Amino acid sequence: MTALVCRGASLADVLRVDAVSVRYPDGTAALADVSLRVGAGEIVAVVGPSGCGKSTLLRVVAGLLAPSEGTVRVERAGLGYVFQDATLLPWRTVRANVALLAELQGLDAAERRRRVDDALALVDLAGFEDAYPRQLSGGMRMRVSLARALTLSPSLFLLDEPFGALDELTRERLQDELLGLWSARRFAALLVTHSVHEAVFLSSRVLVMSPRPGAVVGEVEVPYPFPRHPELRYEAGLAERAGAVSELLRAGRAGPS
Amino acid sequence: MGVHGATSRWRPVDVVGPVAVFAAFIGLWYLVREVLMSPSRRFLVPPPHRVVNESFLTWSHLRPMLDGLWATTRVALTGLAIAIVLGVGLAVLMSQARWLERALLPYVVALQAVPVLAFVPLIGALFDFDGRARVVVVVMVALFPVVSTTLHGLLSVDPAHHDLFTLQGASRWTRLRKLMLPAALPSMFTGFRIAAALAVVGAVVGDLFFRQGEPGIGRLIDVYRSRLFMERMYGAVVLAALLGIVVFALFGALAQRAVGHWHGTPR
Repeated sequence: MTALVCRGASLADVLRVDAVSVRYPDGTAALADVSLRVGAGEIVAVVGPSGCGKSTLLRVVAGLLAPSEGTVRVERAGLGYVFQDATLLPWRTVRANVALLAELQGLDAAERRRRVDDALALVDLAGFEDAYPRQLSGGMRMRVSLARALTLSPSLFLLDEPFGALDELTRERLQDELLGLWSARRFAALLVTHSVHEAVFLSSRVLVMSPRPGAVVGEVEVPYPFPRHPELRYEAGLAERAGAVSELLRAGRAGPS
Repeated sequence: MGVHGATSRWRPVDVVGPVAVFAAFIGLWYLVREVLMSPSRRFLVPPPHRVVNESFLTWSHLRPMLDGLWATTRVALTGLAIAIVLGVGLAVLMSQARWLERALLPYVVALQAVPVLAFVPLIGALFDFDGRARVVVVVMVALFPVVSTTLHGLLSVDPAHHDLFTLQGASRWTRLRKLMLPAALPSMFTGFRIAAALAVVGAVVGDLFFRQGEPGIGRLIDVYRSRLFMERMYGAVVLAALLGIVVFALFGALAQRAVGHWHGTPR
């Protein structure tokens, strides 16, 4: 019966998480009763203190971890997972790294080549196709990682603090580039981040999580249209939303909801 | 492309260092012989210049040594090749299941822990004390570093890389071929180099135990010792040492060619 309700409501949703809890065998609870949905082409951010289970949530969505309770509805074939680190294979060149997922999917050489060329054209890596990861800066490695995910034309990106390890300038540039990629491909994204400003700037909704066991304690709408421009970062309205998110974070930390 | 690959720029200290250590070594040799040893025992340690004269500059003496060295080299390389194939195979097997690792690893460790000497009767009984027995000794001493470094490399793959392959539903074979083996290569080459140096030791020792077949450098050392040809004995020891250094350097160069372009500079 719940299936009927969900089917009706989820026509435009690419992801639906219903009452998901995760408990580890040793008894620690990582997630407690988390529900959320992401519509097609929508960017939703998740912020929370470190250790609140944000990454666990992404692993559950991706199918890397089975939830103890609850259900996840998502088209797993259309997932693009971008990890905290770029997770490039150091023995492969940039081009061969970008080709990896298409290769593992068993696409033929011509199709692989076409997709890799397309993805490389979208990120700014011209002239570095034959470089090895250790020759690249952190920002460029993350671009390769994004390009790699793009080759599968995902309808939903799972972004696990993708810019957390980068310096401020590089981070802002990659945020702008991510929005550029969004304009080109119109994917949906679930973005996990520990930066409140990143969350409000990149998403149309911010979900705030409490400390472990992670639960969604509030939601802040960020009603600015896409594509967004870099100047939006300095709008008073955006700062106001960031303030609202911070307040929810503080409230979540103060006591259980 | 030279054997040295990335280390093409030489600084003076790269030459001065080895030369200084070599000079100190020769000096110490003279010192021990002329100052510390009683005159009546000096004949046991000939001075370096006599070793060079008697071993390396006298062709009739050098000739059998080079033949022995060649025999030892072939035994060492044959055993090493077998140890690498067998060792990598065992490590791959152990990397696939925890129970296989638990079942097999103790025997590999035991092989390393027990002196080869203890296995001599067994090897002799199985291989009839012929040339193959020496190869078996080499395999036994060279196997452990290959297995342990390869297994360590295969099991040290970044968990996030495993997730990446899991998300694409990669098969066990694909994961092994495209992720675990390439990731393990630097570690494997470290093991191969250690195994290469040990293989020379194994070939020399095996030659001493099993005195059949073509004489190797180990048996020559023993013959020279028993006949008190001390100059030639030390000459043969130096040649055996050089063989070890050459094989070790060879595998360093191989590692540089195989993984140097993406993995630091293995030395």
